[in-house]
Amino acid sequence: MSYQIHASERVNHAIDLKDFVASLKSIIPAQSILTEQEELKPYECDGLAAYTQVPWLVVLPETIAQIQSIMKLCHQHGVPVVARGAGTGLSGGSLPLDNGVLLSVARLNQIVDIDVPNRTARVQPGVRNLAISEAVKRFGLFYAPDPSSQIACTIGGNVAENSGGVHCLKYGLTVHNVQKISVITADGSLIVIGGAGLDGPGYDLPALMTGSEGMLGIAVEVTVKLTPLPESIQLLLAVFDTVEQAGEAVAGIIAAGITPAGLEMMDNATIRAAENFVGAGYPVDAAAILLCELDGGHATVMAETHKVRQLLVELGACEVRLAVDAIEQQTMWAGRKAAFPAIGQISPDYYCMDGTIPRKHLGAVLKRIHQLAEQFGLAVANVFHAGDGNLHPLILYDANVPGELEKAEQLGSEILICCVEMGGTITGEHGVGIEKINAMCAQFSSAELDQFHRVKAAFDPAGILNPGKAIPTLNRCAEFGAMHVHTATRQSQLNRF
Amino acid sequence: MTDLSAEFQQHISDAVAKESPINLVGGNTKQFYGREPLGEVLNVADNTGIVDYEPTELVITVRNGTALSQLEAVLADQGQMLGFEPPSFGQKSTIGGVIASGLSGPRRPFSGAVRDHLLGCKIINGYADILSFGGTVMKNVAGYDLSRLMAGSMGTLGLIVEASLKVVPKPEIEETWWQEIKGNAVIQLMSQLLQKPFPFSGLHYDGKRLFYRLCGSSEAIKQSAETLGGEQLNNDRDFWLSLKNQTSEFFQEEMPLWRISVAPATEPLSLAGSDMLDWGGALRWLKSDESAQHVYQTVAEAGGHATLFRGGERDGLVFQALPTDLMQIQQRLKHAFDPKGLFNQGRMYPEF
Repeated sequence: MSYQIHASERVNHAIDLKDFVASLKSIIPAQSILTEQEELKPYECDGLAAYTQVPWLVVLPETIAQIQSIMKLCHQHGVPVVARGAGTGLSGGSLPLDNGVLLSVARLNQIVDIDVPNRTARVQPGVRNLAISEAVKRFGLFYAPDPSSQIACTIGGNVAENSGGVHCLKYGLTVHNVQKISVITADGSLIVIGGAGLDGPGYDLPALMTGSEGMLGIAVEVTVKLTPLPESIQLLLAVFDTVEQAGEAVAGIIAAGITPAGLEMMDNATIRAAENFVGAGYPVDAAAILLCELDGGHATVMAETHKVRQLLVELGACEVRLAVDAIEQQTMWAGRKAAFPAIGQISPDYYCMDGTIPRKHLGAVLKRIHQLAEQFGLAVANVFHAGDGNLHPLILYDANVPGELEKAEQLGSEILICCVEMGGTITGEHGVGIEKINAMCAQFSSAELDQFHRVKAAFDPAGILNPGKAIPTLNRCAEFGAMHVHTATRQSQLNRF
Repeated sequence: MTDLSAEFQQHISDAVAKESPINLVGGNTKQFYGREPLGEVLNVADNTGIVDYEPTELVITVRNGTALSQLEAVLADQGQMLGFEPPSFGQKSTIGGVIASGLSGPRRPFSGAVRDHLLGCKIINGYADILSFGGTVMKNVAGYDLSRLMAGSMGTLGLIVEASLKVVPKPEIEETWWQEIKGNAVIQLMSQLLQKPFPFSGLHYDGKRLFYRLCGSSEAIKQSAETLGGEQLNNDRDFWLSLKNQTSEFFQEEMPLWRISVAPATEPLSLAGSDMLDWGGALRWLKSDESAQHVYQTVAEAGGHATLFRGGERDGLVFQALPTDLMQIQQRLKHAFDPKGLFNQGRMYPEF
């Protein structure tokens, strides 16, 4: 459906499209400016396809200097700008504006430098996540964060969203793997944040920039940390009769002092869909399965595999399989990695949530999700980064049935509120974007939101970078956010972080 | 266990009304670090206690005044530790000070810095608001990451009253080996070692000897040590403690001490004095009488940044100067938290 930006979040300007395009043409070639409806249409949404907005215009710069000039021009006229990488984001973070520029960094797609002695790569923002690991593999290195969309998603987008992935349990999120960022700010200045070493002087701006959803600046060059490829990898698949047991097994592995490279859980609905889609050999009658990947030196991995295998059996797994070789590992992972498209095959539409909770509440939250699903009359399939407590409930619905999207959204909101009540957060790795902007009113007090707005203003006083995303105005919260969880929990025993 | 956040809030609110600068003091073990403190002392060390700790969640929530030694003892009881191995410059060192100073120990290149383990913070800003950012979960991208921003901000953005930190399991075994290496070969050697998946948890060169600490299972350590060679170091725990806490002989001399952060494979810098390397070459400690300006310039030319860690002129530049654009953003950021510029005025930069 067409998205309506909230009136309090809209940035108005008076410049006419034709005049603006004429000015742009003195900066970038005409073929790098898209203004025709059929050219604009492909940019109307990102990975959150439920909401669309055809952009005012699209620019496709090829150099950092061009981006700087574009930003200066936009700044001069007060024209809002939305930056976009590959458009794979799941929260509508790069949803365009009807009166703003959509700035695609897709053409800045070069790996500028691979510095093997320092184990870093300097890349342009349009470089695909997987392309880095592919390029440095011959040096025995890889770039660790691996969102499921890593074939397509770009580093620029990863920085904006602080993307995670299956292996971040051990190797960290984007924020842990970025050392230095060149950023163009709202007024067109180019600043370099972070350092050549492991830290930089002054405030830790790379930490602040990562995950700021393109609202504080546009990353135009990123120096990422590279990690030596592990010597050995083993993958275990454990089958459980109840979801609660699987949840307890996750806590048990962590409690035993083991940090798996990945620890993923799928419930029955997801297992069936994935099995149907890729034929990974999953047990379709299982209530839940866990995939546990262990990596490191040969000796360590052998010892840990033995230990985890025993633990899983002790913790109630009715079957534990060990992938015999890299091919079987790939097959076992294929089902997990294809979980979203697999659900897409069994349902006309699905709505993916991203709440994160303390692991100990896994069982309770899953039960609650199940109750809510019944109450709303919609099916929910669960797949999650269990080791991190990061849930991805997929709400199945049909957008062609009037009212179903709204119902799915309401169910989603209820799930997020449950996550916040359990001491968790509304989004672990997908970002707030437009999708969860109302839920932000539930997670943060107005004083906290005020602090966010002041930080935003420190970088972008006119508010032209990605308006209407991630941080709700107090007006919006007054209108939609009548569900403030925090004021209630602040006085209770419930830890509110 | 005392929660003094309401008292602090009142105190800060009064100071804001009077526009009276506040000098935040925890255990007062790092008064040597940063520029000369200004303002009226607000002692924050009595806000103590562990608010929540469940070992299987790998998270601990503590009040700022909790002694680092106590926190580490509680974690050790459960076979866990702080992955960033923070230095302690005295028994009274508090976790609030550890976070505000943002200093990490020898384990840093292998398991991350303070900010990497900081999951959430409760702070009091210059509006005297108590605010919570981040959380207790491993992944959280709701709103700007203002909690990690607190790490290394030297108390200039507000008072941290509570923090949630990710903790990690203690390695099953940790052992250290050493070998003599000539200074001109060591940087290249360390760089080559770090390109391989050895289970390092420390890589340090004292000017003559290369020390490497390995962690994991005994089998894994044995295999790696056989490949790497060298002699095993006895009492290695004390050795790393003396490096981390700067109690070893190197740190005893009365001479300005510089902390230099560069890309690890950077060739030795042409600065007079004696130095040693940590973090596989990414962190260099330099004792030198060179002028501050010369040190800053030389390090900047090598792409890094320098900090006048101890001694020297404490009312001059202690942290590497920032380009104008970047300084302006930092000033505006400071203003966003502390519009009257009261918290730890000038502790980081003369500009704020």
